[in-house]
Amino acid sequence: MNRSTVIPFGPQHPVLPEPLHIKFVVEDETVVQAVPQLGFVHRGLESLVRTKDFNQMVFVVERICGICSCIHANCYCNAIEDMLGVTAPPRAQFLRVIWSELHRIHSHLLWLGLFADAFGFESVFHQFWRIREHVMDICEATAGNRVILSINVVGGVRRDLNLDQINWMLGELDKIENGMRELTRTMLDDYTVQERTRGIGVLSKDDARLLGAVGPTLRGSGWECDERMHGYAAYKELNFVPVVEHDGDCYARCKVRFNETLHAIELVREALNRLPESELTVKLPGNPDGESVFRVEQPRGELFYYVRANGSKMLERMRVRTPTFANIPPLLAMLPGCKLPDVPVIVLSIDPCISCTER
Amino acid sequence: MGFVENMIKKSRLKSPWIVHFDCGSCNGCDIEVLACLTPMYDVERFGVVNTGNPKHADVLLVTGTVNHRNRHVLKQIYEQMPEPKAVVSIGACNLSGGVFKDSYNILNGAHTVIPVDVFVPGCPPKPEAIIDGVVTALNALAAKMGLGPAPGAALMPGDEDAPKAAAVG
Ligand code: SF4
Repeated sequence: MNRSTVIPFGPQHPVLPEPLHIKFVVEDETVVQAVPQLGFVHRGLESLVRTKDFNQMVFVVERICGICSCIHANCYCNAIEDMLGVTAPPRAQFLRVIWSELHRIHSHLLWLGLFADAFGFESVFHQFWRIREHVMDICEATAGNRVILSINVVGGVRRDLNLDQINWMLGELDKIENGMRELTRTMLDDYTVQERTRGIGVLSKDDARLLGAVGPTLRGSGWECDERMHGYAAYKELNFVPVVEHDGDCYARCKVRFNETLHAIELVREALNRLPESELTVKLPGNPDGESVFRVEQPRGELFYYVRANGSKMLERMRVRTPTFANIPPLLAMLPGCKLPDVPVIVLSIDPCISCTER
Repeated sequence: MGFVENMIKKSRLKSPWIVHFDCGSCNGCDIEVLACLTPMYDVERFGVVNTGNPKHADVLLVTGTVNHRNRHVLKQIYEQMPEPKAVVSIGACNLSGGVFKDSYNILNGAHTVIPVDVFVPGCPPKPEAIIDGVVTALNALAAKMGLGPAPGAALMPGDEDAPKAAAVG
């Protein structure tokens, strides 16, 4: 007798702010199979390269994902700069790192909040989002917008930081760090949190590699792999070490993100203190021609851009591979065998960003 | 109009329940809608409750680009909500397609699928603007219940076909 039932999850669902649709085949309370259905957020963004020139595209790629928009633009600009044979001036490189890491901090804080909400710990959700408002304040005061910063242009950055702003930012960073340290016990040492996350959604070290996981999902399974180790932008001059955990369960991924937030605060502080003096942009020698690829580390993992140009103002083709796309196969491997109430926790543990994935 | 009926109408306006549907936004608008619920802005102190269920909701917040795949979902959610209801369209994408307007998969705004009462422009709008949008939507809701004058009507800039709505921000 076939006792399986199909339960649809999404596209409009309270735990996920985004329209992800997964069909779960369940037997009693146990999930036996998960089938994702995509396409609700598809905007046909890559086709816009035909109607917008390569400078305008910066603003389009920022709008692939509002949570890590600065990092998308950073990757795109680096790819075009590689093709043109120019490098952004040192101060611009440092400023890019500062704003990228601020985005990482706010993305991870947002995730930690949503994750707590997924297992029903709503007060912690509010605490993390309260801390996050400090990052939003920094972004608004320095870049003029809370979420989409529009800082990067091909060849450099558009805004500078003055000494007053730097001192004020250092004070705000202290507040963020203190807030995080206060929440360490509540989030990482709590019995309830451990009950809901330890041993749930385990991804073994070999599977993580075979299925091509990236980002905190990969690092939570014990691989020391982070694009920032390759030292794009100013990371080669900063003191960067990847955060790694070995258990491969939801708790390990949570811990990776928690510690990465603290490390990102360190990186911003270091970059602010060592900001070199230089121009903000370089002059571009004409239109791009040829092909190039670039990889950066997003809060969710490795982001990959391929661009091809033919010497005119419009690019010929752009291709984006986002971290969530790489993390869906590992997610589908984690789900079978879990209990239905654990599904939101496991789905959130890869930090899915559907708008990136479907573009 | 009976006393009880009047009380119910007044309480619906006093504590509006909202449902948020993300039509495929870049998350910028979504996280600003969520930020309205968090301690910094905390709309719950005004009695605004976020619900996941369209059948419980008075106000629908729509964000993001409406495309050919999710317009049916948007329409269904709108139809499931009980009368009277108000719709707030949030963000440049949702108003007109925004930066993605030229793309092949995009409809030019939520107002092409469902009637919209309030437009909140911005990319993304600040949480203050979103709260202001919800408050304006309450005026529209009151007008639909026969409890007040219709809000000042304004067209969306640059779009002659847009339905009459109150501009915010
Ligand atoms: S209006 Fe801007 S922030 Fe909002 S969904 Fe569209 S691109 Fe994102």
